[in-house]
Amino acid sequence: MKAAVVVFPGSNCDRDLAVAFERAGFEVSMVWHKDSELPSGVDIVGVPGGFSYGDYLRCGAIAAQSPICKAVVKHAGRGGYAIGVCNGFQVLTETGVLPGALLRNAGLKYICRTVELKVATADSVFTEGYSAGDVIGVPIAHHDGNYFADAETVAQLQDQDRIAFSYADNPNGSVADIAGILSQNRRVLGMMPHPERAVDLGHGGTDGVAVFRALTGIVATA
Amino acid sequence: MKARVHVMLKNGVLDPQGEAVRHALGAMGFDKVNGVRQGKVIDLNLAEGASEADVTDMCEKLLANTVIESYSIEML
Repeated sequence: MKAAVVVFPGSNCDRDLAVAFERAGFEVSMVWHKDSELPSGVDIVGVPGGFSYGDYLRCGAIAAQSPICKAVVKHAGRGGYAIGVCNGFQVLTETGVLPGALLRNAGLKYICRTVELKVATADSVFTEGYSAGDVIGVPIAHHDGNYFADAETVAQLQDQDRIAFSYADNPNGSVADIAGILSQNRRVLGMMPHPERAVDLGHGGTDGVAVFRALTGIVATA
Repeated sequence: MKARVHVMLKNGVLDPQGEAVRHALGAMGFDKVNGVRQGKVIDLNLAEGASEADVTDMCEKLLANTVIESYSIEML
């Protein structure tokens, strides 16, 4: 089981994401933004949090045009698995792999605290370790986490059961309380909260472990 | 040759920064402001032969995120 974690200038959750994958049993390689190919045999790509390219222009906009992102888009297009957390979610929306966009938080403030998330669907490789309706504690740390999509797209996400996590108490103004969404083939997850920051008792909680653990089972049997 | 690109959040997309500016103006006594929308201006210094179509392409692919933003181009 191989995972690759993309590293942009300004990524700051790349090591955390790598550790979460390693703990779950993945062999992890770090991939630099200038690389144009993913290592061969990669089962899942992690796009980490941080401030890629200083968040210049728009969060994730410049990263989305980097050589490695072209490879990530191709990987997702072939049906490969990917997870984008926080800035990684922003990057995946900017590439068009996931619909919508992330706007400035409605309250304008950077928010850094653990929030309650509702598992909105257990029907994905990322969430099958939970039950739909479970409430888990996962940290958020963002200034631009206000998920936006037009009404038609939101209805589509709802109809296709593609909302993975929603906020129990919406901290940032996200439409329909959306915290994380799935691609149409359910193999790409983007979420603003940080499951990789909830995989060790030292983190204050381990509610994020299931995201990575469930993944290993599916990838192993795929 | 220069081009100026204006990027604005689309109508209907909440602009919390514009709202904050509106509140601040109101608090300062500027009571004739009904709304504020904040955007970006991007000036491009273009090489000979660049066309407005090139700038449109740049807007579509990078300068604006058309999910949330609209843009307009002025060739200067």
